[in-house]
Amino acid sequence: EDVDPQKTAFLLRKAWTLYSVTPLYRFHRARLRDYARLLSAFIAAEKQKGLAVEVGVELDIKVALSSIADLRGTELDQAALLVQLSSRSRASSRNSEDKLVWSGWFCSMFGDDLSENVPEDFTSLPLFLSHGAESYTSLVGSWFQKTFDCCFRRLAISPLNLSWMVAMWAGCKLDRADSAVELVFSMPRLSQPLDISYAIHPEDAKALWDTVQKTPGEITQEEVDVFMDCLYAHFHRHFKIHLSAAKLVKVSTAVASAHCDGIVKILQSQYLPGVLMLLTELAISQIQ
Amino acid sequence: HLATSLPLPSERDHLRPRIDLVVFMIDIKSKYSLKNVETSLAHVDASFFLGKVCFLVTGVGRVNACSIETNAICKLGEAYCSPVLFCELELEGIRVATAQRLLRMLRICAGHIPGVSALSFVSLMRNSDDD
Repeated sequence: EDVDPQKTAFLLRKAWTLYSVTPLYRFHRARLRDYARLLSAFIAAEKQKGLAVEVGVELDIKVALSSIADLRGTELDQAALLVQLSSRSRASSRNSEDKLVWSGWFCSMFGDDLSENVPEDFTSLPLFLSHGAESYTSLVGSWFQKTFDCCFRRLAISPLNLSWMVAMWAGCKLDRADSAVELVFSMPRLSQPLDISYAIHPEDAKALWDTVQKTPGEITQEEVDVFMDCLYAHFHRHFKIHLSAAKLVKVSTAVASAHCDGIVKILQSQYLPGVLMLLTELAISQIQ
Repeated sequence: HLATSLPLPSERDHLRPRIDLVVFMIDIKSKYSLKNVETSLAHVDASFFLGKVCFLVTGVGRVNACSIETNAICKLGEAYCSPVLFCELELEGIRVATAQRLLRMLRICAGHIPGVSALSFVSLMRNSDDD
């Protein structure tokens, strides 16, 4: 289960937009080069049609598809699939380097719930993460949808799930937790939007979680509720505001941060499988 | 009569008509509303829990704004032997239908429907548990 940190360095410290993807029909791992060619041709054709992604700049988009063998939970999971779009300006010389303009990857981390029930000919990679221009995401997404008869949907994260994330991640043991545990709330029903940011020293947050969690390695809804209630009560004591009546929209910890619109940033490779497992679970429940 | 929490202020007790039905409203987007209802429940006389209490959960249309686990609410309903209704107030059709349901329940609780009393609600809940 140990993932090679070099191979996964690309996914740290980037804001990834999350999607759930239904199983891919007749996807063959051996044909990655063919798929890359086809996707590249598709993108060039769409650009010809005038759906230009970059205005005024002549860019050739090069597509690379690769598998990341280590990025999976169990043997039942499919290895992660990485799609990278690079550009090389036609104007510059042959020696110029390719510039990565967009990346997206499909992943299944302990996604047995879905992969077990999927018929033959279908490949289960329920979580998709993209980074880069939305226009490229929709080009790549349309090609995959047409080619493999699958469906992409933005994955939103509810306040309930965000509170799970902050409780889990605040409790992670880190050598150096150098960023605060932060929760951002949006106040409802106001004429002008108002956000409240509640920052807690990471050691205090971890100490609180340690008193709440009964069995190491296991987390229950009750424990998450107690953790959150303590934070709400503390805030109310000082500011007389009931954060529990507001909408939790973003959580940040030294391990990872997540926004309710379905955007995550992973900061530590140490807890990568745990974070991906939680996101895979959310993607699967959106599909089912 | 609308109140943000219980108990009701005692100054108006003598002016208040008989209470036939208590509907506790829980907004699924607000954890605070659940806590509020839980503390208010303690102020309700036990006799009301024979069919004169129900829980109304609002905001269920937006799955992604959920701050409360539906399981927790269902457990609350079971603990207090009272029905739990789910609705979405932002949709007019559901709003109207829910209002009509509550009105029907209220008429039964007030004794306006001959042959049916509030106790029927309790026995209906018991039956679904046996399934």
